[in-house]
Amino acid sequence: MSGFRHSTAGRVDRNKPVRFSFDGKTYQGFAGDTLASALLANGVHLVGRSFKYHRPRGIVTAGSDEPNALVGIGADEAHYAPNMRATQVEIYDGLVAESQNRWPSLGFDVGAVNETFAPFLSAGFYYKTFMWPPKAWAKLYEPLIRRAAGLGRAPTQADADRYTQVYAHCDVLVVGSGPAGLAAALAAATTGGKVFVCDEQSEMGGSLLAETTATIDGLSARDWVARALADLAARPNVTLMPRTTAFGWYPHNFLGLCERITDHMAKADPKLPRERLWQIRAKEVVLATGALERPLVFPDNDRPGVMMAEAARIYANRFGVKPGDKAVIFTACDSAYRAALDLMAAGVAIATIADLRAAPCGPWIDRVRSAGIAIRAGTVVTGTTGRLRIDSVSLATVGIDGNPGSSENIACDLLLMSGGFTPSVHLFSQSRGKLVYDEALQAYLPGISVERERSAGACRGIYDLDKVLSNGAASGTGAAKAAGFAAADTITFSTTADSVGTDGFIGVTPFGGPSSKARAWIDFQNDVTAKDVRLAIREGFRSIEHVKRYTTTGMATDQGKTSNMNALGLVSETLKVPVPQVGLTTFRPPYTPTTFGIFAGQSRGDMFDPLRKTPIHDWAAEQGAAFEDISLWKRAHYFPKRGEDIHAAVARECKATRGAVGIFDASTLGKIEVVGKDAAEFMNRMYTNAWTKLEPGRLRYGVMLREDGFVMDDGVVGRMATDRFHITTTTGGAPRVLSMMEDYLQTEWPGLDVWLTSTTEEWAVIAVQGPLARKVLEPLVEGIDLSREAMPHMSVREGRICGVPTRLFRVSFTGELGFEVNVPAGYGRAVWEAIFAAGQPHGMTPYGTETMHVLRAEKGFIIVGQETDGTVTPDDAGLGWAIGKAKKDFVGKRSLARPAMTASDRKQLVGLLTVDSKTVLEEGAQIVADPAQPIPMTMIGHVTSSYWSATLDRSIALALVRGGRARVGTRLSVPMPSGPITVEVVEPIFYDAKGARLDA
Amino acid sequence: MQRYSAFSLFRKALGGHADWQRQWRSPEPKAEYDVIIVGGGGHGLAAAHYLAKEHGITNVAVLEKGWIGGGNTGRNTTIIRSNYLFDESAALYEHALKLWEGLSQDLNYNVMYSPRGVLMLAHNIHDIQSFKRHVHANRLNGIDNEWLSAEECKEFCPPLNIGAMRYPILGGALQRRGGTARHDAVAWGYARAADARGVDIIENCEVTAIRRGVNGAVEGVETSRGFIRAKKVGVSAAGHTSVIMDMAGVRMPLESYPLQALVSEPVKPAFPCVVMSNTIHAYISQSDKGEMVIGAGTDAYTSYSQRGALHIASHTLDAICELVPMFRRLRMLRNWGGIVDVTPDRSPIIAKTPVPGLYVNCGWGTGGFKATPGSGNVFAWTIAKDEPHKINAPFTIERFRDGILIDEAAAAAVAH
Amino acid sequence: MLLITCPHCGPRAELEFAYAGEAHIARPTDPMALDDESWARFLYHRANPKGLHAERWRHLHGCAQFFNVVRDTVSDSIVTTYPAGQPRPALPGDDKGATR
Repeated sequence: MSGFRHSTAGRVDRNKPVRFSFDGKTYQGFAGDTLASALLANGVHLVGRSFKYHRPRGIVTAGSDEPNALVGIGADEAHYAPNMRATQVEIYDGLVAESQNRWPSLGFDVGAVNETFAPFLSAGFYYKTFMWPPKAWAKLYEPLIRRAAGLGRAPTQADADRYTQVYAHCDVLVVGSGPAGLAAALAAATTGGKVFVCDEQSEMGGSLLAETTATIDGLSARDWVARALADLAARPNVTLMPRTTAFGWYPHNFLGLCERITDHMAKADPKLPRERLWQIRAKEVVLATGALERPLVFPDNDRPGVMMAEAARIYANRFGVKPGDKAVIFTACDSAYRAALDLMAAGVAIATIADLRAAPCGPWIDRVRSAGIAIRAGTVVTGTTGRLRIDSVSLATVGIDGNPGSSENIACDLLLMSGGFTPSVHLFSQSRGKLVYDEALQAYLPGISVERERSAGACRGIYDLDKVLSNGAASGTGAAKAAGFAAADTITFSTTADSVGTDGFIGVTPFGGPSSKARAWIDFQNDVTAKDVRLAIREGFRSIEHVKRYTTTGMATDQGKTSNMNALGLVSETLKVPVPQVGLTTFRPPYTPTTFGIFAGQSRGDMFDPLRKTPIHDWAAEQGAAFEDISLWKRAHYFPKRGEDIHAAVARECKATRGAVGIFDASTLGKIEVVGKDAAEFMNRMYTNAWTKLEPGRLRYGVMLREDGFVMDDGVVGRMATDRFHITTTTGGAPRVLSMMEDYLQTEWPGLDVWLTSTTEEWAVIAVQGPLARKVLEPLVEGIDLSREAMPHMSVREGRICGVPTRLFRVSFTGELGFEVNVPAGYGRAVWEAIFAAGQPHGMTPYGTETMHVLRAEKGFIIVGQETDGTVTPDDAGLGWAIGKAKKDFVGKRSLARPAMTASDRKQLVGLLTVDSKTVLEEGAQIVADPAQPIPMTMIGHVTSSYWSATLDRSIALALVRGGRARVGTRLSVPMPSGPITVEVVEPIFYDAKGARLDA
Repeated sequence: MQRYSAFSLFRKALGGHADWQRQWRSPEPKAEYDVIIVGGGGHGLAAAHYLAKEHGITNVAVLEKGWIGGGNTGRNTTIIRSNYLFDESAALYEHALKLWEGLSQDLNYNVMYSPRGVLMLAHNIHDIQSFKRHVHANRLNGIDNEWLSAEECKEFCPPLNIGAMRYPILGGALQRRGGTARHDAVAWGYARAADARGVDIIENCEVTAIRRGVNGAVEGVETSRGFIRAKKVGVSAAGHTSVIMDMAGVRMPLESYPLQALVSEPVKPAFPCVVMSNTIHAYISQSDKGEMVIGAGTDAYTSYSQRGALHIASHTLDAICELVPMFRRLRMLRNWGGIVDVTPDRSPIIAKTPVPGLYVNCGWGTGGFKATPGSGNVFAWTIAKDEPHKINAPFTIERFRDGILIDEAAAAAVAH
Repeated sequence: MLLITCPHCGPRAELEFAYAGEAHIARPTDPMALDDESWARFLYHRANPKGLHAERWRHLHGCAQFFNVVRDTVSDSIVTTYPAGQPRPALPGDDKGATR
């Protein structure tokens, strides 16, 4: 024994000393230690401060249920993680840990002054005060409360680690690798099914790792674990997953698991992720999640040195750590007697065992008695003392009136408590299985399963080792069978282990009656005492959910693992109703707090969302184009030359296109091929336009509505043949257009002979626009006569360009003579470069989406999503002409006949010219008739598009204005913070109204 | 009603908090009420409060099948704002925001309304156009909302990443009066205030049928605790509205979807305001307790299961980790789901129904909490006067028949 | 993540599918003959049941077919799936079954 470490006992590797620091001081532990066991081995019990009162707190448990021992871990900010449970943190050389929620130091914490005000800081006190003056809450009180709240601190730098995600399927997923889980895994594995076994701990074996006396099949518990794990590891159909927490159960047997990969390594391979999210679809699940020991609720039960009895046993047996020199044990069940013997063997003096039960009996009690340990039946703890560590306990015998008699003080440095066990039904409950309250066990147990699930062992209230093993094996066999695998033999086990029974206690121990002023903690982390719960009940909070929310009991980072049943017991006792009538708070994922990073996984930076690039993207990037995001696409926004800002670049691009010729990458346009005998009929039904009479070789601008009558998408459609249409859609709209078309085709009109194919990615689209467009293209084209007569505006021809097959559209979104060259995407860049080279003698200029917007606005062409917003009808947008009046039906037609859709004061598309031609309106600015009216003003419309037109040397704008068409020629006002701007309402076309340039 | 104040807290503390009264009674249902409100969430309790306070109708019962505030009131991310685009919505949410500003004092219950500012991020040019349209419309409606550049966003909310990302932050719209409140306190505060005026709040009382007379008018409701008579019944049942209205034979333009939210473990103050990003689907704020409160849009399919899919929550956290990369190491503490009732235009219905005496307040989708005081206030008016208040007059059921939609979602593509 | 059995492809993860709303709401053959009330019912009114719900899904990242699913909206468990165009099957405890 050196310090508090036994010289041989436990499973730590004494050949591998590990140095770590806590609050700046360096300590030594061994490989295999948790931070908690290593600190205890160094005699450190004070590890944290509580949430509200800043009470000194120590280590209570040895697992993921730890409420107190939360620390910040990380040598630098990019690796810092707050609120880590010291009971789960594995130490490594160089580990840096710090305590939280204290200032200036853990030993002397100014925040502990809150203790003085404790009488005023009752449950929900903040609902009753801080109301005057009204503004003071947000300015004064709330900042104070916020500073006081929170435990750890968030890292101040971006996380430097990576996280990954894996999907997997298995036949049987076993959650937990204690005796039930191992037995289930062995049984399932022998059937040949694919078995996954996960456990949140670094070592598999669960409670057996701390077992020193029981034997299984003639082996010590630990040897049996080693043999079982070796057996499982040798099987190719079994995957063992230590350090892996099954945190969430989602519908259809889909579970989320978090595997911690590098947190325990001093130097991790940089290729490894820190953690990995497993998303597992399991045919069958065996839950072997064990049970958690319950604290007892008595005055000042929160001092450092007050610990769960089973946790102390684990520290002694598994880590070879002596958690104190002299212990008092307070128990309501037999298992603490087993702990007493193990601790005594580890060198801890057991001063006495206070047993809440009037007449404890059984083999463990006998054994303790014969070991010479004093047992006091019917005895409670009425208080403890000690500032930073417990130094004494007061005990009193409970009289026949149920109240304790006079107290006796016993010095000690360790107080172990055990209120019995609470089955871990979290995942079962998450799976929506029905929980049933068992009066005898005072526990909620798994009832009827909803998903394909079995609970085995302690998590269903079975505690005796032989029964746990046989129940585990039966569950494993049953699960494999249900997954379609036949079991060879029934696995049986022979064990030697005495039963520790099923006694326990929930609620508050009888330390002084309901009016006692003493503070007995129910929820350690959130500082909720029995008094707080009683106050909530007094104030009318009866549902356990209300009590929980009002007092915050069970809402800390341990999610009430140690506190929920005691809170339930107290509410039940106070209201004098049975526990099941109090209700049960819902178990929600995750089982233990789970890192955000694993959910994000690789979805970071450029991988956040798929990125779509056109075949010409790289060319544009080489030219120094600025890009903008439009849905998943990157589009060239403008092509600045040296020293140009966006305005200069766009003005130059506009002038070049109007004056000579521009080239534009329109490849992002959605494209759908509609083919079949009934293609025209289908088009008639989907679009507002009439298609029957459109001749092959002609183009038409089509408008598509949603069934509610509002504009959904638009685009130019080419009829390639009587039974073939080449549709274009907006850049962002292609998927929803295709989906809607498929929907109608498949489910409403399955009889139509039509096939739909997305061809967006098949074609690169090169728009060549401007008076010289024909001149540039003519020499490059084979088999197509580009002349005005042979190929008029709104026509399409098939032929070749630069030796590549093309669908050549004569179409213009600029108002100039224009072509859109469709070529197979693979040739896109080559054809683009060839056209660009051919265009150079003519002054060809590349332009981006901004110039495209300006040019189309000068012509009054709308952009769906800018001039329309899901509340705009075709008539509103000035597209009434595109409605096939003779058609009996099309998608959206009936909705257009609703009263509000035909009202004369609907917002209609108009043009706006600012009276001061230099003023460019702001897009989104609101329009009023009278700018002098008081606020709230009557707004009659808004600016949808607004640009500086270099061509016209003035500003232009498009707007939707109530009854707008009737207002053409009148003046309206756009009130801005700097003052109103007067505008004249005009027709929504500013350039070449007759379309002569288009037809050139 | 026992007054709450620093002084009363001090005095009661000296007495060991022994004589605090119940915040609301737990009465047996009476045989008849003037008005029954179905649903003890924030909206229903608020309606009861305003019926009693502003209309003098105190013979009111609020029937709650579970515990009050246990539905969406207790499950939401508590964001409050009023910077809606259309006049109709702006008037409704601004009415609510004005009531929020004095609610703690009105109820004598600290609901912790905290105007920390709601910042909605723009990630593309379309967002900018849309948000500026909101800013201008709000200004002319007298509602605060301002445009911030990316740098100004960073200044207002330092943890934000305005550097390189897949969809970089290009700016944002900030409503400084927007913020958060303490959701449970809203339910409890309204319950206590309504109870003090005589309203019966009856928990564990599930409505199983709506009884109608020969003329079709409402006569009362069958419940798990017996028949209760009333000539006026106001349904305020959120995700379960379709189920309740079906009892009266009314089919609603509603669908119920899961809406998930989650919180991190609590940490010291690290995030000063509310940030919403519709383009990358997430919103976040930090609660008074220190938890990061995070949410996004609804799950894909209708459900009453009060839980959502893992991949939806994951997607939300993708976005959060991109917006605030230093939070990647924080941990999810709780993840849960509510059931939100969604109308075709994403705006609520607060209206009379085709059944005389039956009123409905529903369709709040993902944005009901912020409207609680305003919604309850005009719903109370509608029930008391058998006609809508001018603020809720546009929010009828008939608007879908007539095509007079109030389509905030379509117009703005903004979650609310 | 639901496990949805596409009638054409078999059981696949929900990520491959897109939800498409209540099933068996046929588009009227002559919408213009309907009054506003009836048209609004078709457009907007939904059963939204708490219990068994016949709904449409599309196997978007698979065969791309729309099909129907009967799902319990309380447990999210799927009772059956069947191709588009087939009537809702008669199921025990489902009074809406075998209707089109």
